[in-house]
Amino acid sequence: MLLISCPNCGSRDETEFHYGGQAHVPYPENPNELNDREWAEFLFYRDNTKGAFAERWLHSTGCRQWFNMLRDTVTYEIQAVYPMGTARPDAAAAAPDSGTASTAPDSTTTGTTAPDISGTSTTPASTPAPEGATT
Amino acid sequence: MANTAALNGIHGLRDIRRSPASHLTAAMEAGSVEGTVILEEGPFQTMVGLRVDPRSEEGARVAAVAGSLPTRCGGVGGADGVSVLWLGPSEFLVVAPEEAHDSLGGDLIGSLHAALGESPGQVVDLSANRTTFELSGARARAVLEKGCSLDLHPRAFPPGTALNTEVGNIPVVLEKTGEESYRLFPRASFADFLGRWLLDAMREYASPEVP
Ligand SMILES: [Zn+2]
Repeated sequence: MLLISCPNCGSRDETEFHYGGQAHVPYPENPNELNDREWAEFLFYRDNTKGAFAERWLHSTGCRQWFNMLRDTVTYEIQAVYPMGTARPDAAAAAPDSGTASTAPDSTTTGTTAPDISGTSTTPASTPAPEGATT
Repeated sequence: MANTAALNGIHGLRDIRRSPASHLTAAMEAGSVEGTVILEEGPFQTMVGLRVDPRSEEGARVAAVAGSLPTRCGGVGGADGVSVLWLGPSEFLVVAPEEAHDSLGGDLIGSLHAALGESPGQVVDLSANRTTFELSGARARAVLEKGCSLDLHPRAFPPGTALNTEVGNIPVVLEKTGEESYRLFPRASFADFLGRWLLDAMREYASPEVP
């Protein structure tokens, strides 16, 4: 079970989330100009990265908000959580403190669009579970 | 309860309204263990789905009508018997007594509509969308912990907090109203399953504790 840090809600079980596939796949500027092959590639062709992979996630049973996540497809380590519409963060910069999946994103992602969830006793984020505490 | 004349509104339909877990009333009474864990279905309530950016001008107008809007996950705003539960950064659930409904003499929904005006956002009457289970007693937390992955310890989940989560695999808004009391808001169609699930989870507390 992954413990995913929602930018709005803090650390929650993976079962509360839905996977949204590869991030940063822009809608074609002018779809009418694409031929069938290009259109099919936009619709169906995705990277199959081994290692750090940027993907979209939806906190479907929580705040129902989308966010992006940088996850290692081999180790499952979550290297960054960042808002939709922002550029993919530098993996090397986000990774070095190689914290647990539950602590790294909390400090990096609370942007201007998200309410500040640090320093409150009401969210699980303020009391990150020790590693291995997930069921 | 408000005056009976007002409650007879909506062309008398109020009288034949049945709550989604009304068929479990006897089972919940039998399954409750006095002093240990009590389960009841709460009264009808006026519920309003609210979507508005709380930092905007219209957000301030709506907040003035609702009491206040919670600013973060888990927050509960509101005033004067009206609770505003945080569902998302710009999505809230307003829970008020039944008589606050416009068809019963109240003006909650109308005044929220007026406050939002033509600004971007949404005010939707969701009064029939969810029902309310009231779970209380010393073992209430233990019952919930059988089917909820959140940390329900008081240090992480104090009274006056409400979180979107799943209980027994059913999506609910779980509100902690007191040290040992909770309100669960499942959608109406899940009320039967969740009611029976809670009764099943409560069952062991009716038996004497095995040392
Ligand atoms: Zn969330």
